Amino acid sequence: MRWGVIVFPGSCDEQDVYDCLKNNLRQKVDFLWHKDPLAGKFDCIVLPGGFSYGDYLRCGAMARFSPIMQGVVEFAQKGGLVLGICNGFQILCEAGLLPGALTRNASLQFICRRVFVRLEETDTPFTCAGKKGQLLKLPIKHGEGCYYADPTTLERLHKNRQILVRYVDAKGRTTPAANPNGSLDHIAGVCNEGRNVFGLMPHPEDAGEKILGGEDGLKIFSSVIEACDKRGKRAWLD
Amino acid sequence: MARLSAKQFPQPPVSADTIASHGFSEEEYRRIVQILEREPNFTELGVFSVMWSEHCSYKSSKVHLKLLPTDGPAVLQGPGENAGIVDIGNGLAVVFKMESHNHPSFIEPYQGAATGVGGILRDIFTMGARPIASLNSLRFGAIDHPRTPYLLSGVVAGIGGYGNCVGVPTVGGELFFDESYNANILVNAFTLGIAEKKRIFTGKAKGVGNPLIYVGAKTGRDGIHGATMASEAFSEESEKRRPTVQVGDPFTEKLLLEACLELMKGDCLVGIQDMGAAGLTSSAAEMAARGGTGVELDLSRVPLRERGMTPYEMLLSESQERMLLVAKKGKEEQVKRVFERWDLDAVVVGKVTRDRLFRAFFDGAEVVRIPVAALTSEAPVYTRPAERPQSQDDVQRLDLEKIEEPADLGAALKRLLDSPNVASKEWVFRQYDHFVRSNTVVAPGADAAVIRIKGTEKGLALTVDGNGRYCYLDPYVGGILAVAEAARNLACVGARPLGLSDCLNFGSPERPDVMWQFSQVVQGMRDGCIALGVPVVSGNVSFYNETDGVPIYPTPTVAMVGLLPKVVRHVTPWFKSPGDIVVLLGRSREELGGSEYLKVIHGLAKGTPPWIDLRLERAVQQSCLKAIDKGILHSAHDLSEGGLGVALAECCISGPEKPLGARVEPREMMRGDARLFGESQSRIIVSLKEKDLNRLREIAEKEGAPMQVIGEVGGSRLVVHPLIRLPVDELKSIWTNGLEKRLK
Repeated sequence: MRWGVIVFPGSCDEQDVYDCLKNNLRQKVDFLWHKDPLAGKFDCIVLPGGFSYGDYLRCGAMARFSPIMQGVVEFAQKGGLVLGICNGFQILCEAGLLPGALTRNASLQFICRRVFVRLEETDTPFTCAGKKGQLLKLPIKHGEGCYYADPTTLERLHKNRQILVRYVDAKGRTTPAANPNGSLDHIAGVCNEGRNVFGLMPHPEDAGEKILGGEDGLKIFSSVIEACDKRGKRAWLD
Repeated sequence: MARLSAKQFPQPPVSADTIASHGFSEEEYRRIVQILEREPNFTELGVFSVMWSEHCSYKSSKVHLKLLPTDGPAVLQGPGENAGIVDIGNGLAVVFKMESHNHPSFIEPYQGAATGVGGILRDIFTMGARPIASLNSLRFGAIDHPRTPYLLSGVVAGIGGYGNCVGVPTVGGELFFDESYNANILVNAFTLGIAEKKRIFTGKAKGVGNPLIYVGAKTGRDGIHGATMASEAFSEESEKRRPTVQVGDPFTEKLLLEACLELMKGDCLVGIQDMGAAGLTSSAAEMAARGGTGVELDLSRVPLRERGMTPYEMLLSESQERMLLVAKKGKEEQVKRVFERWDLDAVVVGKVTRDRLFRAFFDGAEVVRIPVAALTSEAPVYTRPAERPQSQDDVQRLDLEKIEEPADLGAALKRLLDSPNVASKEWVFRQYDHFVRSNTVVAPGADAAVIRIKGTEKGLALTVDGNGRYCYLDPYVGGILAVAEAARNLACVGARPLGLSDCLNFGSPERPDVMWQFSQVVQGMRDGCIALGVPVVSGNVSFYNETDGVPIYPTPTVAMVGLLPKVVRHVTPWFKSPGDIVVLLGRSREELGGSEYLKVIHGLAKGTPPWIDLRLERAVQQSCLKAIDKGILHSAHDLSEGGLGVALAECCISGPEKPLGARVEPREMMRGDARLFGESQSRIIVSLKEKDLNRLREIAEKEGAPMQVIGEVGGSRLVVHPLIRLPVDELKSIWTNGLEKRLK
């Protein structure tokens, strides 16, 4: 299978995603320049973390207008897999591919540390290699990761089981102290109704090796690989 | 953009007032007239003032800095370029430097600190290196001083705001509070980059006729005379200096970084330099000086952000995120295309000339014509008077008999763990991205940070250290200790030093007592560097850190970089398993002078700092390194502020998992407070399996390092028999909250 990692001006974690996929999972990966149209066959497009356009406006508000984003929307509409990490999650929300919004952390400070998240659903291409209720230890590093959605949207998220990861403590409980940024309902990541677009604030690519403190992040990427294998070697976009 | 024409720009006359307000002595002005063989015009006066400022010219420090050892078998570039470079094998080199941004950070903490980070990042990528790790060394006034929480929050947010956005991890640093910094904080920022040895770039203007290309952000009026501001002491007027602090734009920096590294892959580039202090003037003049050439600038082409800027303002602006390139003639369009891709300006603003003159034209008229050498190599150099102040005797006098030993040493340990200099700095580190680039093996909070070098088995260790109180009490010994502690911190993670970069932060060089401190510190650092085999490859000097006649503690900060041949072998400071044996490498003496204990418990900054025997230091470091090479150590932690008591507590509580207790009984007979909190140097606590003890003994014996088995890891308490018996959970909670609770 083949991955595309979009480089926006101000992306910071594109190399981390690239290296994690290439070195740890032996995947084929290409960088995609934000000014180019989305062309070529890809199984999964990744929108990496960083500060696209400096995030001087709302996070992700500018990047959604990048030329490549039109192709990403079409790709997603055709069922292509799209993964947004941190700033990528924010961009997907701004682009309307995912519900809700990410606002300033409750502490009003940037937060960088490792957190535990709990896998809530495993019937998606991003979580299928895991077990329901499994804990993953992943780094977060963001200033605006407080997830918000209006009550109707939240209800729909529950009904459709779109909340894929929640912030929990080491024992898997959703205690207030385990919520690092004040996210609604401890939400760390959600998918769309079609379950082919997933955004999360934690960084799986920075938890891909024991020497860096753990390899729980591989679970997300290997889920995608497993899902694509099951669907056959078919790419979603020509 | 409305531009001035030459007619609209009458040069103001040069008068005695303008000469004085540009910071020149009469002697210096006479020298300018002599060099030019005429009176300078107003613009030229401005150019001289920034280039001859202490900040740019090092006029008071140069004669002393020559003493520092700058050479070593692996050193590819020592001081004098934008940053130092050391060979690490595999065809790779590390490029690193530390720089101060003290004055601006006190005036405007967020932007001052942010632009400090921006400046040091540019110094690194200008040499062709991708920045992969940053550190910072911070000093603030007393934590209960009304301005301290504001300044600290602003500086930390500024460092994070800039570094995080550019995608360079901040992997470590240090933070120290003392009244001495109430009115002059210190913000020293360090960045390390990695480059292919074959593709290193320098700031040389070579090749007559080659174009000078301005890239990056547009020029505004911000930061005019920033370099001059950094060359003056503060007074009540300093608050009004806020307009001389630049504003940072990390997004543009990120684009500039990527565009420059992309350009460097091709063959367009001859030389490149950041427009830092003294902006366009210093970058153009310094590049010409290194290239043995001249430069000609056409100021009418400089991209401007504001209306009606004068040549004076364009030449002296310190607007951020700008670089000056020398490209190969004929490659101009290729350069422009790269920067266009990143939506950045790239404009030819001049060319390299043969005449060794710094010339600037505006609207066709020549506004500056100065020999390059007059601005660089021939700038004034002073051997300023230096004298040990008589008050030094009084400062060093400490009668331990008069210091009452606390009845409850456990309570004293808790107070120390709760004090802001000892307490956990997690509140700071968690505001910095330390994961990005996925290289961070040991995150902030350990003796040294460790990052791996992708594509190799190697790792780098980074630390920054410097105790101003020690230097205040004895600047010579303090200088040695700064170097020794940094090297010891590297040894604790298993790294051998490659080189160091330093910031020397002092009061006014015009004071003989400050110059005495300066020369003593430099001599101490030299002796430490020679004994431990560490070259100084880059750094800077920040004078005039004083307010209303009161200087800060003399504060050298030493950022040292070390190499781990196998990064998987690295060691961390905290205890790992119950049953492990605890060993103290080194020797304890009864000394409390300059200790954190004396300051926190008795409110004293007196005495002489701990003594150091550099042979013993070497032996202890080598023993630790060799034991790590053999893979027998489970943990290693340096003893520093707070001595054995604090170090043991940190071994128990600083790990990411549940705290582990220990029971120890040091043998030395001396008063209890000195045994627990004395800061004798050259000591490391290590833990290991009992079966490996003999191997460690053999290593230590061979190296000549004393070692003492002091106890065992285990249980839920830290017991230092017969002085202390405390639950580690309680210690952890005190230590974790000590800093944060004071900032609320």
